[in-house]
Amino acid sequence: MIQVKGLSKDYGSRVAIEDLNFNAKRGEILGFLGPNGAGKTTTMRILAGYMPPSEGKATVAGFDVVEESMEVRKRVGYLPENVPLYGDMTVYDYLKFMADLRQIEEREERIYEAIETVGLEERAFSYIGKLSKGLRQRAGLAQALLHEPDVLILDEPTIGLDPAQIIEFRKLIQNIGKERTVMLSTHILSEAQQVCDRVLIINNGQIVVEDSPENLQARLAGAQQVALRVDGDDDGLDKVLNKVKGVTRVQREKDGSLVIETSSGKDVRPEMARAIIKAKYDLLEMRPVGMSLEDIFLELTRENAGPPELMDDQEYEEAE
Amino acid sequence: MSKIWTIARREYKQYFTSPAAYAVAAMILLIIGLIFVSEVSSGIDSFGQYVPDVINIIFPISFLFLFAIPAITMHVFSEETNSGTIELLLTAPIRDWEVVIGKWLGAFLFMLTIIGTTWVYPIALNYMIDPGIDQGVLLSGYLGLAFVAGVFVAIGVTISTFFSSQVASFITTMGVFIVMWWLIPIPARLGGTAWAELMNYLDFNSHFAATLAIGTIALSDIVYFVSVITFALLVGTVSLETRRWR
Ligand SMILES: Nc1ncnc2c1ncn2[C@@H]1O[C@H](COP(=O)(O)OP(=O)(O)OP(=O)(O)O)[C@@H](O)[C@H]1O
Ligand SMILES: [Mg+2]
Repeated sequence: MIQVKGLSKDYGSRVAIEDLNFNAKRGEILGFLGPNGAGKTTTMRILAGYMPPSEGKATVAGFDVVEESMEVRKRVGYLPENVPLYGDMTVYDYLKFMADLRQIEEREERIYEAIETVGLEERAFSYIGKLSKGLRQRAGLAQALLHEPDVLILDEPTIGLDPAQIIEFRKLIQNIGKERTVMLSTHILSEAQQVCDRVLIINNGQIVVEDSPENLQARLAGAQQVALRVDGDDDGLDKVLNKVKGVTRVQREKDGSLVIETSSGKDVRPEMARAIIKAKYDLLEMRPVGMSLEDIFLELTRENAGPPELMDDQEYEEAE
Repeated sequence: MSKIWTIARREYKQYFTSPAAYAVAAMILLIIGLIFVSEVSSGIDSFGQYVPDVINIIFPISFLFLFAIPAITMHVFSEETNSGTIELLLTAPIRDWEVVIGKWLGAFLFMLTIIGTTWVYPIALNYMIDPGIDQGVLLSGYLGLAFVAGVFVAIGVTISTFFSSQVASFITTMGVFIVMWWLIPIPARLGGTAWAELMNYLDFNSHFAATLAIGTIALSDIVYFVSVITFALLVGTVSLETRRWR
């Protein structure tokens, strides 16, 4: 549904994105992550037909974003970053305006459905300028859903929504994502983790990593950590733990628990438990700590970090 | 066509929620009203010899355009750029030229509405003076006003594509109008040279004040107005298109 090849865009001398390559299939939800200024909005604007790339090619729903822009725009639902809306129109009038521009045939039905989907029934005839930020966000979303597009491009869609609405929204996206393609950018990593089939992390206009959230976590949790709580903890315990094969580091946390770092590929827990019991300590708690997506994100987008290490990974090469 | 109409309709309706648009309409009606009153009273003063003339209403209206139309068109694209809603229009399945024509049409129709309301004065005049007013001059004068408004609105809409600030759009548009109104006629009046001929052709008053406003309708004048409108909107479309590349 979305195919991006060698996509670059510069604003004068500032390079916003450089040589991006990725695809998204029908029925896939693609998460787009990256720090501020990474180039997410730029990429999405190109895909929505707002501006042409400086170099490279992108097709959406089988149409070239530059040459067949009209065809692309008919098939894309786009929610721009700061949700621009006409404040002097009511939600209903605004949707009617957009429906007319898109020449939607069953206009009233589609407008009603979109309003219902985003839960704006009670405010349908309120002026958009008088709505709260979250409600405006919903109006913007209704506009993007109006024409039942094949591809939804949502730039930070959950900003400003309340928790209940965020949960609703995620359900909605997952539903839509079943038959259509959704590309959404976000800074909320747990969101990407929950909703997306695949995550694409970009930094400084380049793709740092592209994988499923599960794989990402597994891949980067090379140094698996185990948290322990042991009764009667003392220096002797360190020796006991360090003797266990695979343990690379023992660290004490402020709350009295211990964090054990282990080398990858080996589950040290059974042996560690036996060793602790044998040394007559009381084991109260043992729990694996996966690296959170937050950690991964920070790790990958830090300057001079990420890609070189990851390049070794066979999977990453295959993805390339 | 229906997409252009969609844009035009929204643009037109938008003026009815805009205090600036009401202020402009009120200003025009008030000033023309004052002129009307002084016309009528001066008519009575002169032993019934003096016959008030519609030209004395038509000319001031065209002069007021210099200030009124920049105020009407300044927001057109500037506001969209400033608020970011331009992103909605430029990602909707509508071509840039359709957006530009739609915007122009909406603003133009609003100006026509204002011009239309000034009809009350010549009509009142018609009832007040004995032989009535010259209907031919009235019609061709108002036709001329419509064309001048069409040209000015096209220029204003186009200039608004260049700025995200409404104030900048307003000042620039008014500056351009002033050049058209007072500066182009200067070389045109010198006469003789090809340069002066060209300026004379470009001077819209030679197509309005000297012809339509005094009751003569020539095809060449209509061609002139239509081509200036077309050219201005073409520039607006190109400007809108090039902003995508920036
Ligand atoms: N219109 C513009 N003119 C000049 N530079 C721009 C423009 N838009 C974006 N940039 C630059 O391009 C780079 C990428 O910007 P972009 O908006 O795509 O980032 P982003 O990933 O969406 O960031 P954020 O998370 O803050 O939304 C930034 O360095 C930004 O300053
Ligand atoms: Mg952004």
